[in-house]
Amino acid sequence: MTAALLGAAGVAFLAINTMPGCKPNTTKTMVTGDAASKVYVKPGTHDEFYNFVSGGFSGQLAVYGLPSGRLFREIPVFSVDPESGYGYSEETKGMLMTSYGFIPWDDSHHPELSQSNGVPDGKWCFINGNNTPRIALVDLGTFRTKSIIEIPNSAGNHSSPFTTGNSEYVVAGTRFSVPMGDDASRDVSIKTYKENFKGNVSFIHPDPESGRMSIAFQIATPGVNFDLSHAGKGPSEGWFFFSCYNTEQAYSLLEVNASQRDKDFIMAVNWKLAEQLAKDGKGKRVPGKHYSNWWNEETHSAETTVYEDVLQLDPKDHPGLLYFMPCPKSPHGCDVDPTGKYIVGSGKLAALIPVFSFEKIQQAIAANDVEGDFGGIPVLKYESVLHGEVKKPGLGPLHTEFDANGNAYTSFFVSSEIVKWNVEKLEVVDRVPTYYSIGHLCVPGGDSKQPWGKYVIAYNKITKDRYLPTGPELTQSAQLYSIEGDKMELLLDFPTTGEPHYAQAIPAELVKPREVKFFKIEENKHPFVAKGEKETRVERRGKEVHVWMTTIRSHFAPDNIEGVKLGDEVYFHVTNLEQDWDVPHGFAIKGAANAELLIMPGETQTLKWIPTRVGVWPMYCTDFCSALHQEMQGYVRVSPANSNVPLEAYTLSVDAEL
Amino acid sequence: MEDNRIMRPISRVMIALSALALLALLFVPIWRIDLAAPQYPEGLYMQIWADHFSGDTEKINGLNHYIGMAHIKDEMFTEFRILPKVIMVLAALGIVAAAWGRRILLVGGLVTLSLFGAWALWRMWDWGYKYGHELDPKAAIKVEGMAYQPPLIGHKQLLNFDAWSTPDIGGWILFGVMALLAGVYFLEVRDLRSKLKARAKASPAS
Repeated sequence: MTAALLGAAGVAFLAINTMPGCKPNTTKTMVTGDAASKVYVKPGTHDEFYNFVSGGFSGQLAVYGLPSGRLFREIPVFSVDPESGYGYSEETKGMLMTSYGFIPWDDSHHPELSQSNGVPDGKWCFINGNNTPRIALVDLGTFRTKSIIEIPNSAGNHSSPFTTGNSEYVVAGTRFSVPMGDDASRDVSIKTYKENFKGNVSFIHPDPESGRMSIAFQIATPGVNFDLSHAGKGPSEGWFFFSCYNTEQAYSLLEVNASQRDKDFIMAVNWKLAEQLAKDGKGKRVPGKHYSNWWNEETHSAETTVYEDVLQLDPKDHPGLLYFMPCPKSPHGCDVDPTGKYIVGSGKLAALIPVFSFEKIQQAIAANDVEGDFGGIPVLKYESVLHGEVKKPGLGPLHTEFDANGNAYTSFFVSSEIVKWNVEKLEVVDRVPTYYSIGHLCVPGGDSKQPWGKYVIAYNKITKDRYLPTGPELTQSAQLYSIEGDKMELLLDFPTTGEPHYAQAIPAELVKPREVKFFKIEENKHPFVAKGEKETRVERRGKEVHVWMTTIRSHFAPDNIEGVKLGDEVYFHVTNLEQDWDVPHGFAIKGAANAELLIMPGETQTLKWIPTRVGVWPMYCTDFCSALHQEMQGYVRVSPANSNVPLEAYTLSVDAEL
Repeated sequence: MEDNRIMRPISRVMIALSALALLALLFVPIWRIDLAAPQYPEGLYMQIWADHFSGDTEKINGLNHYIGMAHIKDEMFTEFRILPKVIMVLAALGIVAAAWGRRILLVGGLVTLSLFGAWALWRMWDWGYKYGHELDPKAAIKVEGMAYQPPLIGHKQLLNFDAWSTPDIGGWILFGVMALLAGVYFLEVRDLRSKLKARAKASPAS
């Protein structure tokens, strides 16, 4: 009897153990047989899409190919990069100058491709610096940072740098509201948040030719935390939408104190009106020192413009400029669908997704259908502006992207999934797990007027057991899903650098024709260029020794320098004379306290070197440039400060040396 | 009576057009050399015009210094100084032949053009020989017994490079002109024969 019972229990145990569905889904059950062929890009062939992915705490912008997930490049933007000399060479230091001095790092969150007629055009990629508020513009001809502007009267530039349909403006907003104005107005107790702390949103204009950026105007707002934003398009062209949380105006323990209200806001900005007001001189200049840095491709050097103030518009003086729309609860993502008719708020603590109708917003504004005001800004009635709610979509909605067929894809951090839903019908049509805890997501063209669709990519916050372990610090990760069928289908995991926040993807064919292969030496206007070996020399200017140096496969000219003394500052101005694709040269000298240089063909870059000991110091090329790369070297002789060794530089030919 | 030594108008027009076509050689590349290596998937090329080189000569020079080859520059091919004049003279002679109309001039033209072509090829070969053989003794890379003379026409392997030498537009025009003139000559001869035959039939008595 007992034995029979035990036997039955054994059978039951076995049955439970082998029953399908008792364990959570794993990749084994997720990935179908032909996934590999869908992401396989044959050696020697190109990916279909570029994927520009934020580096998060790396401060940089990473470039991947899709569908392969291969990493091509990490573009130095806000953080110094010793391997290329970015932020270390004399020319590039200016790119990282701010009113706070030289800031060698930042936290980069949101890449945004420039647009023409509401569609990414492959010309530029913007990205925000969250910590020391900045926006950078990366040129997709050179894949280099072309300009960086500092945002004054701001703290924590998170809701940025989203663009208008023709990149007339990219925006910035204050994640932290702060006291602004002169020193006395800023030195206030944190407890006076409600009276003294203000927010603002900035509209930055990139010059369409040069890419140089300037702040067109700022709009003052009540003190809240701005989180994300997107421009209207089509019927909503001319408007901008910002999500904001902490309408409780808490200044301590925000995780509790800023989570009390059922609804926070999405702020609608009539930027066409703001533009007109600014043009009509309705704004006023307020203090706001900031730097605008721009890379001059002819002098191969940064140029900095310093502004002392900024044009500000006060919405209290200009009714119709700003409106608040209640949005449950602590909204994060603020996304506009391709038709421009609907605005999706993602209340990260809400159990639903509200979708607002632009048409209804306009009707509510016309009918003055308001429930009150917040800091003097009218608050429209939630029910009046709502298209509808997606009920019980998942837990912790963060961001939404779109395809061209009327579907939205929303990431859910807490329930770790992507949920596909129909924008018009507000119905969930599919869901798929992510591994693990997705933050942002990206559909190629997914925040534009014409999404290219095909894939949705999840950028996850946690990887745990997904890859070979590497100690306490693990790789970050993205996951590629096909959205071509009715069901989303996981195709690929790929590791990412830094921490990926937002990302954008664009067909490679829109970017490839812009590629710059090298810089023309005849167009080089660097003040210390040597356009041939005949122009190389050394010159002493007091304690400074300037070396006009060239590189060509495979030697430096000059490669021997004597007469440098302790206490001198040596400036190596290195011009790469090569005029072919993919022939950079490196420059390194022993004991260099800053970095090495990586000099592209036709370019001039300068390394400052302060010798610390008497002796002969080696220098060499760090980029394997040719069969004779290992011969590409030279010496610098350093003598005591009081020595009489004359300054000379030479490169000896074979005849002279033998 | 008709002069049998004079060509038909259509042939004279063809000769005049050929002469004008020769002038095109002053404005288009005549020959080209293509190079390919694993690390040059996009390829390198060089074109030879009536009076200069063009193409990736700077890149080729950059590579060739390892094996001690001379820098390619226009001054090293001295024929560049006279080639345009020679072409103009040939074209002028063609016009004269068309105007004068004597068939014997066509024969002369064909012979002259063939001599010109042979001379040009010989000069190119000679230049290529010197370029490929007269190497800097201090070159970094020396391969025993290796010379780097580019092929005159067709393909040749030069260390890690595959080299192809082919006529460019100008070369094809020159060959075309020669073929056209040969054709004109052939038709002229046939026409003359049939005329002579017809004349013999018309006056069997004489």
